[in-house]
Amino acid sequence: MVNPGTEKIVAEDLNIYYGPLHVLKNVTLSVRNHEILGIIGPANSGKTSFLKALNRLNDLNPNCRMSGSIRIDGKDINREMDAEDIRKRVAMVFALPLPLPMSIFDNIAYGPRRHGIKNRKELERIAEKSLRSAFLWDEVKDRLTGSAMKLSGGQQQRLCIARTLAVDPEVILYDEPCSGLDPISTAKVEEAMFELKARYTQILVTNNVKQAARVGERVAFFLMGELVEADDAKKIFTAPNDKRTEDYITGRFG
Amino acid sequence: MKLSPKWKQRIAFSVLGLASVVVIVPVIVIFSILIEKGLPAINWEFLTAMPRMGMRAGGIFPAIAGTMYLVLGTIVVALPLGVLAAVYLVEYARQNWMTRMIEVAIVNLAGVPSVVYGLFGLGLFVIFLKFGSSILAGSLTLSIMVLPVIITASKEALSSVPQSFREASLALGVSKWQTIRCIVLPNALPGILTGTILGVSRAAGETAPILFTVAAFYLPRLPKSVFDQCMALPYHLYVLSTQVPNVNPKIQYGTALVLVALVFILNFLAIVVRAHIRGKKQW
Repeated sequence: MVNPGTEKIVAEDLNIYYGPLHVLKNVTLSVRNHEILGIIGPANSGKTSFLKALNRLNDLNPNCRMSGSIRIDGKDINREMDAEDIRKRVAMVFALPLPLPMSIFDNIAYGPRRHGIKNRKELERIAEKSLRSAFLWDEVKDRLTGSAMKLSGGQQQRLCIARTLAVDPEVILYDEPCSGLDPISTAKVEEAMFELKARYTQILVTNNVKQAARVGERVAFFLMGELVEADDAKKIFTAPNDKRTEDYITGRFG
Repeated sequence: MKLSPKWKQRIAFSVLGLASVVVIVPVIVIFSILIEKGLPAINWEFLTAMPRMGMRAGGIFPAIAGTMYLVLGTIVVALPLGVLAAVYLVEYARQNWMTRMIEVAIVNLAGVPSVVYGLFGLGLFVIFLKFGSSILAGSLTLSIMVLPVIITASKEALSSVPQSFREASLALGVSKWQTIRCIVLPNALPGILTGTILGVSRAAGETAPILFTVAAFYLPRLPKSVFDQCMALPYHLYVLSTQVPNVNPKIQYGTALVLVALVFILNFLAIVVRAHIRGKKQW
């Protein structure tokens, strides 16, 4: 049913405003099934705003206005879907690890429980599967009832990925997921992303150009709210079309 | 003569220390007088028997029970109302003139003198709604009085739950109401309960709001329903001190001691509840 390479998400003429600030300007960008799209760009370039538009987290900000359309599998997420439905299908992992103040198991079970799964066996199965996919199972399997707040930063971030997987999304958004992590934890998170490629479409916003090069198959470069270019990672990092892209990835600014 | 910074510091510390000692002096004096003069009156009969001989002998049980009923009634009415209002104001209300009006109203409600609440309760609950002088009317009056305290404490408790918890939950496709129910409220609960108990413990000692709405001068039996009048400790104390001649001061001080102890127990309960829930909290 799912054809890798076909378009999963299509954003067209997307404009986002926070009050008087025009943070995203006429962005048209599509994301393909089961790819990892890296989004790079300096601070305030609109990367996170774009990401939050994809699962309607921007709705939480009363000053935020939007024009243009975002379609997932052809359906307009703002006009044809509920915010809860879209967030279940397009889940998000934040920059800072945000475990909820409960046990490791309850963190994973939180989403499925709210979506109506009450069977303990089923929840345990989901928890194990999610934790394995996020490369965390072996480290926490003996203390699932322990507090999630006592895990290390890297473990917490992988817990958040596992919690996201537990609601069985189709798309996973990562908002600079490794910005607070050490290189080894970063490597583990990236490893998890590779493993998840077979089942999920993933979008990674990162400040780290090298990470985008390591993980992304396609890369989009945002600058000052504009999408400068989006292309295969190889092309972006070897022969970008735009001078600004070249300047950014070679470290001349940003 | 010029003082060295070291001496200035010592003087400053002494003044500051003295100021805080002054605060505890009245507490100690009140408690020691109450205990010295009231404790001899306290015995099993005093706590569990009906008053006799025009309240000059016997116990104060109906007043204790009446105050308990009023406290309970106030919690039952004011806690849900206050928490729901606070949830709406913190989680749902947009910042507009309506919200600002509600907030101004809450602040003003907190500043209304308690005797005015009493008159309001008399007008609305006792006469207009025909509840008569009853536990129902008294509890409702006290509820309105403590509502601002509960709303303010609940709002603070809700706001102190980190925004990131809400986002983490919403990002999983969990609805806003589920987020509030499963994440925000449980984490705000200690603050809400503490605020409620402190508010209600103050209400337990109030005389003016119950004066016209529930309190019976002398009623040596227990109320049978919420439409009955009842005795209450603060009003009973007032009656013993000013309305009944030749009362043994022992009984007056004993009654005051029981009232203070009751309020103290409620406050202590608030601390225990908070400590217990905070012990389980993991952030």
